[in-house]
Amino acid sequence: MLNQKIKYSMDPLIQVRDLVKVYHLGEVEVQALLGISLSIERGEFVAIMGASGSGKSTFMNILGFLDRPTRGQYLLDGIEGEHLSRDELAEIRNEKIGFVFQGFNLLNRTSAIENVQLPLIYAQLPSKKRKEMAEKALSAVGLKERSHHHPAQLSGGEQQRVAIARALVNQPSILLADEPTGNLDSKTSGEIMAIFKRLNQEMGITIVMITHEQDIAAYGKRKILFKDGKVVEDHNSAL
Amino acid sequence: MTTLFASLRIALRALLVNKMRSALTMLGIIIGVGAVIAMIAVGSGAKKRIADQIASMGSNILIVVSGSSTSGGLRVGAGTVPTLTVEDSKAILSEIPGVRSVAPHLSGIAQVIYGNQNWSTVIYGTIPELLEIREWSLNSGRSFIQQDLDGAGKVCILGKTVADNLFGGIDPIGQIVRIKKVPFTVIGVLNPKGQSTWGTDQDDTVFVPLSTAQKRLFGQKFPGMVRVITVQAREPEVMKTVEDQITDLLRQRHRIQPGQDNDFSVRNLTEVASSAEESAKVMSLLLGAIASISLIVGGIGIMNIMLVSVTERTREIGIRIAVGAKGKDILLQFLIESLVLSLVGGILGIGVGIAGTLILSSFTQWPTLFSVQAILLAFLFSGSVGVFFGFYPARKASLLNPIEALRYE
Repeated sequence: MLNQKIKYSMDPLIQVRDLVKVYHLGEVEVQALLGISLSIERGEFVAIMGASGSGKSTFMNILGFLDRPTRGQYLLDGIEGEHLSRDELAEIRNEKIGFVFQGFNLLNRTSAIENVQLPLIYAQLPSKKRKEMAEKALSAVGLKERSHHHPAQLSGGEQQRVAIARALVNQPSILLADEPTGNLDSKTSGEIMAIFKRLNQEMGITIVMITHEQDIAAYGKRKILFKDGKVVEDHNSAL
Repeated sequence: MTTLFASLRIALRALLVNKMRSALTMLGIIIGVGAVIAMIAVGSGAKKRIADQIASMGSNILIVVSGSSTSGGLRVGAGTVPTLTVEDSKAILSEIPGVRSVAPHLSGIAQVIYGNQNWSTVIYGTIPELLEIREWSLNSGRSFIQQDLDGAGKVCILGKTVADNLFGGIDPIGQIVRIKKVPFTVIGVLNPKGQSTWGTDQDDTVFVPLSTAQKRLFGQKFPGMVRVITVQAREPEVMKTVEDQITDLLRQRHRIQPGQDNDFSVRNLTEVASSAEESAKVMSLLLGAIASISLIVGGIGIMNIMLVSVTERTREIGIRIAVGAKGKDILLQFLIESLVLSLVGGILGIGVGIAGTLILSSFTQWPTLFSVQAILLAFLFSGSVGVFFGFYPARKASLLNPIEALRYE
């Protein structure tokens, strides 16, 4: 169903034009995004920076089809979310997007491998296939031998690696990471970033990552700086 | 299918984590279903007993009772003075087409003596048709034959209670008993019939030929008269017509002028029984209402705990929606959870209901009757309570905004 909607497969993976997001908090109108236009190619590793309230999280939510823009256009892989239903957006998230959150967001009472299988359950894959793919994803983050541990039995870095495995398991077009090292010490942060770098370089996975730490942002090939709902800097070191 | 199975596992796990809470939530359903089971068991037990009693009286029975005669300004109540005759009963049988069978009888209380044993009981003077109408069979011996009836034979048939009390272990057939100083030969013993609708022991009785009763026991003052005529109609539909025709026929035969009171009355025994059945039905309805209320309260308990569960697991729901769960996946997950709660509660409730009923009936001697349909019904009902009361919380969960849900602490 989704394949039919891909019109320009050679176009950039992400195309954003004049994106505006306005929140209404009671009487107050909050302008979170004031006309963002940018595009991200396949295989890029983008770090989005900015102070809190700069609109970077709102932007990330829209990229992840968790939120809809007030105005403007957003295309992921040629798909526009504007007229899609809640369930159709869920399907796109399931097939094309992998999320990594600051707080890991694992299900507590389920083992690592079951956490990783979660997107595959909603993709309606049979359990044998799910297990295979989850094991592969856990190997990719170096956690194969801990696959039956529960989150409480894992360190913060290990939990985040499980979360990365979950984000990868469906072979998404893009991996969206919101402050992935925010809850980790610097050594573990380095390990996580090493995984990101390897996934990007060896497997060609496109990564968009929010961070407010310069040294973490340095792992990205491209840095975008948000301020007051606008892009104020876009620096691509790969070019 | 895959998602359904996965949802079931998720639901079971979620319920097992909060064992105490799940158990308490189920309690409402357990009590409700238990009450339904007990209610139906007691209700259908009572209904069956009434049905048995109706059957023991025989079917389509009308009773014509003599009495209320007015002679010289002296009025006498029904049944005290015989006003009916054997000829009346013959006329009812021959002139009313809806009548299948008639049995006139005359009764009185007398002491029956065997050796040094004695027993006071009701003596019926009647013809064998009465036993046929009441579907009352002999346990041993024989019934009256024409010779006994015509010749006022000194023979009798004993009810089970009388036989047991007078004879103990001895075979009564062929033995001589004395009733009002008249020796009677026991020719038969009846099968037990149990309690009547109004609680008397139907087996505490002795039957003698009608002519014998008239000539030798109770009929000396009113020769040829009988107190009661039992009439059996051909089918339930004609009962009312037959009742009216009997009244007309007897008024005519007794030469009762228009405006004068009947010197007899016609009673429909099925009506008596059906009023007993009616009160059993009211009882069932009352218990049913209590059961439904506790099921509804149980359902509200489930809804309450499901709402708590949805709130507690807001973040989990957010994660699921973010990785691609659709509305129906979340809906199904929580619906299955409340369904599991209510069905497990239902199964436990069925157990509690059966155990409770058995205990109740062992203490009170109430007749009870379990039926597979009732148990199935209770199970399905508890399931629908789960779906009905689980729907709102499940829908609420499925409509959560993923961004807010993920941020929920």
